[in-house]
Amino acid sequence: MKKAIVSIAFGLTASLLVAGSASAQATLASVKQKGYLTCGSNTGLAGFGLPDAQGNWTGLDVEFCRAMSAAIFDDPTKIRFIPLAAKDRFTALQSGEVDVLARNSTVTMSRDTQLGLDFPAINYFDGQGFMVRKKLGVSSAKELNGASICTQQGTTTELNLADYFRANNMKYEVVAFATSDETFKAYDAGRCDAFTTDASGLYAERLRASNPDDHIVLPEIISKEPLAVAVRHGDNQWGDIVRWTHNAMLNAEELGVTKANVDQMKGSDNPEIKRLLGSEGKFGEAVGLTNDWAYRIIKHVGNYGESFERNVGEGSKLKIKRGLNAQWTKGGLQYGIPIR
Amino acid sequence: MNTAVDMSRFVRSENIEALPPPNLARGPVAWVRENLFSGPVNTLLTLAVIYLLYILIPPIVDFLFVNAVWTGTDRAACRAETAGHPVGACWAFVIEKINFFTYGSYPAAERWRVNIFFALLALGVGWLLWLKAPRRDLGAIYFFWLFPVLSYILLTGGNVSLGLGFWIKFAVASAVFLAVLAAAAYALKTSMRSAVLIGGGIVAVIGITLALVNVDWGLRPVPSAFWGGILVTLLVATVGIVFSLPFGILLALGRRSKLPILRLASVIFIEFVRGVPLITVLIMANTMLPLFLPADMTVDRLARPLIGVAFFASAYMAEVVRGGLQAMPKGQYEGAMSLGLNYPQMMVFIILPQALRIVIPGIVNTFIGLFKDTSLVSVVGIFDLVKTIEASRIDPNWAAPTISYTGYAFAALFYFIFCFGMSRYSLGVERRLATGQKR
Repeated sequence: MKKAIVSIAFGLTASLLVAGSASAQATLASVKQKGYLTCGSNTGLAGFGLPDAQGNWTGLDVEFCRAMSAAIFDDPTKIRFIPLAAKDRFTALQSGEVDVLARNSTVTMSRDTQLGLDFPAINYFDGQGFMVRKKLGVSSAKELNGASICTQQGTTTELNLADYFRANNMKYEVVAFATSDETFKAYDAGRCDAFTTDASGLYAERLRASNPDDHIVLPEIISKEPLAVAVRHGDNQWGDIVRWTHNAMLNAEELGVTKANVDQMKGSDNPEIKRLLGSEGKFGEAVGLTNDWAYRIIKHVGNYGESFERNVGEGSKLKIKRGLNAQWTKGGLQYGIPIR
Repeated sequence: MNTAVDMSRFVRSENIEALPPPNLARGPVAWVRENLFSGPVNTLLTLAVIYLLYILIPPIVDFLFVNAVWTGTDRAACRAETAGHPVGACWAFVIEKINFFTYGSYPAAERWRVNIFFALLALGVGWLLWLKAPRRDLGAIYFFWLFPVLSYILLTGGNVSLGLGFWIKFAVASAVFLAVLAAAAYALKTSMRSAVLIGGGIVAVIGITLALVNVDWGLRPVPSAFWGGILVTLLVATVGIVFSLPFGILLALGRRSKLPILRLASVIFIEFVRGVPLITVLIMANTMLPLFLPADMTVDRLARPLIGVAFFASAYMAEVVRGGLQAMPKGQYEGAMSLGLNYPQMMVFIILPQALRIVIPGIVNTFIGLFKDTSLVSVVGIFDLVKTIEASRIDPNWAAPTISYTGYAFAALFYFIFCFGMSRYSLGVERRLATGQKR
């Protein structure tokens, strides 16, 4: 009996999910009709999604949404940000509460195939890293044999840590805490030799140390955390818009088109730039936008490199190196798919 | 025989100055002896408390005031190496972020509307709470009707554009409602005139409210997604408090009613709501509800937790009020009935005034609990005061070791001021109302 009830409940939920994704067939049309884009954002993550002192949202993920808004409305402000906790984020997207989820979500196979979601664009390649004190004299994670390591309880971070040390046949002592705050406080107070979390988080935490310059982030990345922008499965046009928003920003960087010079570049003879900025071909119309969609993105937000530097790179307090997020021509993984 | 004794008479013409009591029976020394060191146990306790205060107070004062940083524009100001001394609270951070803490993402050009809302709220609360204020009946109308309508228009911008179709439906529904009331009055052989008057009044109030909200006041619309900070905290608390008292009283009366359906409905509601944690209600409302509603139908993201909090507080309030009702001696009910009072008159004039007075501490306790529970809405991604602080403390521009403590100290101060105020006010009211009833 109980089983029957459970299966009925599951069936109902599943049918609701299917109904939800079916009825949301034309997200672009509904966004245009509403006149604004709803964007699921982090409730607060330095560099990715954070309100400033005036309550305006800033960050790499936030600028992705602004780029989409610029492409659709020629105005980067026609957005409502819905801050979502980690546990609510996918439900909010499934139920249609948000049109797009740009909230540092790691894409995995199960998330892609079982949740009714698509992850068309990876806008940040993250991974777990280590921070140590400079005076420890360690320059690689491989030298951490026997170290005590501060980490947060019950996270994948802790599991990755165990995997990494076992694979490299090293001993370590884990010092675990319930919240990320406590974990870092303990490390800062000298309770352990190293501190581990996602690399982007390491840079943000380092700023809070009593003496930031005493600490270095080790080069090794021990896990793969591709942070992607998510949309509902089944609305391919909407997914295309997300994918090509990202690719337009990447291509613009590669071609040297920036927020400042985009108007000059419009007169460029380079056919790739012409296609990107819409003076040649009808690429925008094919996804339901105008042909100058990429021009709008770059004009209002800038290219990927600019957005990166402004929010998490050298232009920000975080000073994260491009690393994996550099252009493919510079040894990174960000590879703009050609527009043609 | 002459018994007179010739002696000069002495009658003191003025009172002699009384001698002061012995030094050990008055003054600070005696007070200390009597209150702090009146026995070995008390002496020990006093010393222990003094020691505790000695180790607790100086660090707190050092942190909050002595080592605090008051000015600065970014994290450098609040770091020990630039400040040149150990840094305590970084008030510069709170000062820089105070607008975000107060208004959230409310558009900067429209924040005067929030300020007016705060002023209207203060006016309403002051009018109702100051016992000697003039025309408190008007104050009640203001607080429970005019103020919510004005706030709604101010904060959202009004102009809901109901459309002609809606007004036609509204007119039809009102006519049906009046007809039903009139028919009921006829069937029950009560005064037709008063039934129509009451019904007409209800329809008029609803109609005027809708009309006011419908008018385009020329205010820029500000959707609730932009609200935040103290605005949201006060809004959730006010809605909870304003709804919980009347609904709680109705539920308590319903639970003690002799009508079985009414009683059952009240019991089910109260027990169901009390049986689930508030956090579950909030997560259900904000995460699960959209899954069950059709895709094109949405309930405002802020309204959902507001309704949840109002329900929750009503159920708790109902149990508090029921406690008061049960404390009333049976003779009060019987006395009222023997005077020929009907049920509403008995409740309004005899029972409730006494019952509510008994449970003032319980009511205020519920209000204080509710006020602090509003911080739970931060869990479902509503930017109340706590959430705005949490989002600000991770701002890399302000990354410094004491930022988190400063933010939470500010939140603690805010909640303390309001909760302590409520508690002191209730003590005052209790003392005033209890004159002649001291037990």
